[in-house]
Amino acid sequence: MSDVAATKIPALQLKGIVKTFPGVRALDDVTFDVRAGEVHALLGENGAGKSTLMKVLAGMYQPDEGTIEIEGTPVTMRTPLEAKRRGVVLIHQELSLAEEMTVAENIYLGELPRRSLGRVDWKTLFAKSEEILKRLNCGFGPKDRVGALSIANQQMVEIARALTVDAKVVIFDEPTASLTDAEKVVLFEIINDLKARGVGIVYISHRMDEIFTLADRISVLRDGGYRGTLVAGDTTEDEVIQLMIGRSLDLSRRQHAEVKTGEVALKVEGLSCGKLFQDVSFELREGEVLGFYGLVGAGRTEIAETLFGLRRPTAGTIEIDGKETAIHSPADAIAKGISLVPESRKEQGLVLGMNCRDNITLPQVGDLTSGPFVSDGAEIAIFDQYRDTLKIKTPSWRQAVGNLSGGNQQKIVIGKWLAMHPRILIVDEPTRGIDVGSKSEIHDLIRELARSGYAVIVISSEMPEVLHVSDRILAMYHGRVIRRFTAEEVTEDSLVAAISGIEQEQVA
Amino acid sequence: MADTVIKSPVRWLAANPIWGFIVLIFVFFSFANPYFFALQNFQNILVQTSTIGLIALGMTLVMINGNIDLSVGAVVALAASLCVDIQGWEMFADWGNWAIAPGVIAALIAGTALGALNGFIVWKTGVDAFIVTLGAMLGVRGLVFVYTKEQSFFAMNFAFSDFGSSNMGPLPTLAVLFLVCTAAVYFLLARTVHGRNTYAVGGNRSAAVNAGIRVGPHMLINFMIVGFFAALAGVTLSSQMGAATPNLGTNYELWVITSVVLGGTKLNGGAGTILGTLGGVLAIGILRNGMNLMQVPAFYVLVILGTILIAVLLLDKQLNRKGKEELRV
Ligand SMILES: Nc1ncnc2c1ncn2[C@@H]1O[C@H](COP(=O)(O)OP(=O)(O)OP(=O)(O)O)[C@@H](O)[C@H]1O
Ligand SMILES: [Mg+2]
Repeated sequence: MSDVAATKIPALQLKGIVKTFPGVRALDDVTFDVRAGEVHALLGENGAGKSTLMKVLAGMYQPDEGTIEIEGTPVTMRTPLEAKRRGVVLIHQELSLAEEMTVAENIYLGELPRRSLGRVDWKTLFAKSEEILKRLNCGFGPKDRVGALSIANQQMVEIARALTVDAKVVIFDEPTASLTDAEKVVLFEIINDLKARGVGIVYISHRMDEIFTLADRISVLRDGGYRGTLVAGDTTEDEVIQLMIGRSLDLSRRQHAEVKTGEVALKVEGLSCGKLFQDVSFELREGEVLGFYGLVGAGRTEIAETLFGLRRPTAGTIEIDGKETAIHSPADAIAKGISLVPESRKEQGLVLGMNCRDNITLPQVGDLTSGPFVSDGAEIAIFDQYRDTLKIKTPSWRQAVGNLSGGNQQKIVIGKWLAMHPRILIVDEPTRGIDVGSKSEIHDLIRELARSGYAVIVISSEMPEVLHVSDRILAMYHGRVIRRFTAEEVTEDSLVAAISGIEQEQVA
Repeated sequence: MADTVIKSPVRWLAANPIWGFIVLIFVFFSFANPYFFALQNFQNILVQTSTIGLIALGMTLVMINGNIDLSVGAVVALAASLCVDIQGWEMFADWGNWAIAPGVIAALIAGTALGALNGFIVWKTGVDAFIVTLGAMLGVRGLVFVYTKEQSFFAMNFAFSDFGSSNMGPLPTLAVLFLVCTAAVYFLLARTVHGRNTYAVGGNRSAAVNAGIRVGPHMLINFMIVGFFAALAGVTLSSQMGAATPNLGTNYELWVITSVVLGGTKLNGGAGTILGTLGGVLAIGILRNGMNLMQVPAFYVLVILGTILIAVLLLDKQLNRKGKEELRV
């Protein structure tokens, strides 16, 4: 913790912030400050109010009560642009970019350099953007279309935005949720670089290891209230979790007891889909959890989509219960007992304007009828059940899903598919953006489902997650299954070696 | 957790500002014009509203679904022409009043079939509904001129035109027809699986596909429904006039879409209600009727309606903005 961190006047100070939404007190008398040249981590469960607090900071929400001070001067920030001009930049949890525009236009969105008559000064725009991208070590240029970039690179564009102004405070709201380990390293370098130049950083994440690598101080929110600030060097993971959820968690690796597996539920042989993945074969038995581990882009999601009828395989066979079948559409897959929790909740999982209940019952509403009408009672019963099992935090089933916190949105997607009682459940990045408490609950749930006879496939980029829940693990590299592990034999090192292609042997 | 989303009247009005607006203009015209507040005039409003209203019911479904149908005005003309022409055919001469039936049935089938065609093309080709139905709007209008040889048809059977001005108890038959249809579509949208899936498809198409919802059939059904209602509106309109002209229903698509949007349905789909649409058509009906009684010149009426459309939508945005604006800034 450098000397700068000890400066008397914080770069930014929030006092007594209150923010309410209809039916929710999202922030209740919250105090928070950021000093120049420090990384201040903000932690809390899903729905604790972290993103809301940051949106107040960045001028997207007006607080009902409380004051914001920048370097000791009280300010009001009515718009994000105003906040940006004062040196406060928020990098969003949910990416918000104009996909059809170029990288450069996105970086300077709202502040495009101009020439006379309001014409855009393209030369300056591209030159300045190029410079920023170089600083970030990006592998793409200012003229690329944002929609064509990977999620990680889109994130880089968001970060590049922060560098266009002389930022005093940069806020990262769960920036690593969709980054690979390699990309994470780059991000951490950028953060440390900003820090060294005296910028105050607010860092939100649910991943403890990141928090402890990066943070100087840690503040905790719970149920919209401020719970305290700890100095990272003098505290432990356990203490932080205790403050966050009010109890301790056992985060050790699961003991792999004998699992009782049943019949082969799904057998895939030589499955290929063009260039996306080739020659994938595996068996999935009832009662077991099969983990797919690999880098983003290794073809795992595409396999899941093929099994769910969203893609047509170019070769290979799929057998369900020993019978060869073709899966034509998601409806067909659902009818055959397969469910998929997709990787991106906003684009593929949720109808954001629809309420929580209707989202959960979406795939099965056709079966919840009495006479010609949908039965309200049956739907609410299902909603209540999954709200309780998954501890979904919402004031009522009537709340539009778009108003829930990111983690709670993810729980709605999971609840939706659990409610279908599938025999074969495929979950793609099941705990992206989910807090530690709920994460371990979802892991327990996956184990519980397997125990009661479900066949489960878990796709994840988080090594501890794969290690924790899987009975067997397939490591993927460039569209191929490069190695197979059982839970007993797998080690972190062997997994890393396999997915990064160090080990090229193909094990049958 | 207790249900904290209170359904107070105030909040309901905030969510449906159009009904507050209706109260406002109702009171205004009642004081401003001596002829406005009269049972006879209310009946008039309902009848005048029913034509646009019927089509708006179907349009609400199509728009919530994320589509639009611009061909409804042309379908009105086609249905009206078919209905009036066919009931006068030689072969039905000795059917008496029953000769009306084949005309009506043919009109309704034609409307539904054209809707199905629109829906089918949108479904199978993936071309934007705006383009497809823009084509249909031109094409069907052309068909009407070919079919009618640019002539008007007149209904020879008086029972047909009597129907248009008849009453059921205290209410005009056409008003009753409209209200019954409103109730039916209300339940279809709010309570059935088809209704729910209509919202889902309009709200997030890929999430709907992932949930195993077959997007195409739902769109097809909604296009058929709007086609049916456009044809029904053509039938009731021709029965009011006792005739069908090839120019009937011109610009109706604009009035219908205006009413639906005024009622709170989102142009890009996923949100809207039948109650809102009912409010939207009534608001326009009352405004036109009231200004007509006050003898506001027709062109000014258009200017005022246009201004009001924008004003009400602005108000809606203000009222429903708090806490929602964060998604896109
Ligand atoms: N626009 C809104 N309208 C209504 N309620 C909202 C709105 N935005 C947030 N909330 C509610 O405020 C609370 C705090 O949400 P917030 O997004 O700040 O949580 P978070 O701590 O960022 O959670 P996560 O870790 O899941 O991202 C939640 O209960 C959420 O449902
Ligand atoms: Mg958040």
